[in-house]
Amino acid sequence: MRLYAVFIYIFLYAPIALIAFFSFNAGRYAMDWQGFSLDWYGKAFTNPIIIKALVTSLIIAGCTSIIATTVGTLCALGLERMRGSLRQLFDALIYIAIMVPGVVIGISTLIAFVTVFDAVNPALEAIGMARLQMGLWTVIAAHVLFNLAVVVLIIRTRLAGMDRSLVEASEDLYATPFATFRQVVLPALMPSILAGLLLSFTFSFEDFIIAFFVAGPNTTLPIYVFSSIRRGVTPEINAIGTTVLLTSLALLVLAQFLLRPSAKAR
Amino acid sequence: MSQLAPASRSKTVTALLVAPAGLFFFFLLVLPLIVVIIYSFGARADAGGYAPAFTLDNYANLPARGQAFFNTLTLAPLGTLLTALFAYPLAYFLAVKASPKSRTLLLVLVIVPFWTSQLLRYYAWIMILGSKGIPSWLAYLGITDLRIINTPWAVLIGAVYGFLPLMVLPIYVSLEKLDKRLLEASADLGANSWRSFLQVTLPLSLPGVATGSMLVFILLMGEYILPQLLGGGKVFFIGNALVDLFLQSRNWPFGAAVSTALVAIMFVTIVIYMRFVLSRGDVRRAALV
Repeated sequence: MRLYAVFIYIFLYAPIALIAFFSFNAGRYAMDWQGFSLDWYGKAFTNPIIIKALVTSLIIAGCTSIIATTVGTLCALGLERMRGSLRQLFDALIYIAIMVPGVVIGISTLIAFVTVFDAVNPALEAIGMARLQMGLWTVIAAHVLFNLAVVVLIIRTRLAGMDRSLVEASEDLYATPFATFRQVVLPALMPSILAGLLLSFTFSFEDFIIAFFVAGPNTTLPIYVFSSIRRGVTPEINAIGTTVLLTSLALLVLAQFLLRPSAKAR
Repeated sequence: MSQLAPASRSKTVTALLVAPAGLFFFFLLVLPLIVVIIYSFGARADAGGYAPAFTLDNYANLPARGQAFFNTLTLAPLGTLLTALFAYPLAYFLAVKASPKSRTLLLVLVIVPFWTSQLLRYYAWIMILGSKGIPSWLAYLGITDLRIINTPWAVLIGAVYGFLPLMVLPIYVSLEKLDKRLLEASADLGANSWRSFLQVTLPLSLPGVATGSMLVFILLMGEYILPQLLGGGKVFFIGNALVDLFLQSRNWPFGAAVSTALVAIMFVTIVIYMRFVLSRGDVRRAALV
């Protein structure tokens, strides 16, 4: 049993270790160790294309996570107060948004954007305004759609497990609904809101397939990594990957550390 | 606002709370999916893209991508099954055998790979399974001519590797909730540990297996990167066919028909699955946690 667990952990970590190991390779070919070097880190972080892709991905993930978490939290709070068929409709939409594969979300939003652009652009040009086109905002919109559904599910689980008597106590003490929300509900939801932010940031930052369809001429980091895997990778990519891994690990540890007091309150 | 009766005011608040999400769902999910369905009855414009028409040709033409459907519909369930088989013993170890002190750390270690770039992890497997990886080591042992990369086996290994964390977590949760007194009772009644496992532990942990399997199955059905990188264009899924149809051959109406078919197959599978597997009350309750 223990042996099996060890085997699985090796299985999980060997590929990651391999990526990190070859980021220090002096040579340029994968699986061909030429000695230790930090050159690829220097090259990666002075490569303007990589930097631009990284910044693009960070902007998209940042905007996506903030919008998706805000809209998703509001929606979960609203759904709590709703009954009947409209609520069932929302439930269905949330599950559809999660079930429909990324490829199909990419395709359908691409088609929808193109259709709208074709319809609107002649009119916009006629009045001298800029044409609508694919850009960061189209990626953000498509990412928000998917992550929004995930956030609603997370917040909702938390709301369902919440102690209603606190809300009632607050109301009995003549707190306004908003005061009750700010002082009772919001603090109780905070760990889930942070979890939603973290998850949607990661999903957006990692997404390749949706951005592949709706990013237009922009290159996100996953798109850059994908195209360089097909072209033949230099250890630059390994260096970027290792840096991203270490950064996200550090953030995870930080998040764990920050969430600890509220975790105790749970 | 203050003139309104409390009930209608609270309705306004509710509407305002769900409105932004409703707009997103309507304009970016419902409307696009309707457009895809409309396109699926259209014709390909000469320069690629869409030309209005009403024809069933695109659906009649689906067998042209039969291989993609076949690969997806065999490898996605098989990959899910293998992932469950590999995940279960680990989840069992974590929930039952591991010491409480090391448990949290071990659990986090299962999840961490999931937070690293999927592309890079599959790239690592290209190296491991490629000609300079495992096959070259096996050549020393006299086993030559072994090809793993760009075969269904590579895709299955990638599936287990990529989705193991997603499967371990729900199984772990259901095993961890298990009332240990049931096992004591089973032992008191003379069952050996194997029999206790088969008759108590396994049935009670099936909800976790069901939840994990559904998650992994959904993700595998729509997978693009995994077959693209580890199948090397030889073992392609519906996702790969779709990217080709939309971005290379630009046959949008046919692509729309393939998308509609994919979503329909997934939808029917999931509904049947929910009916038969999750309809048992205990399973559903646990699965929704």
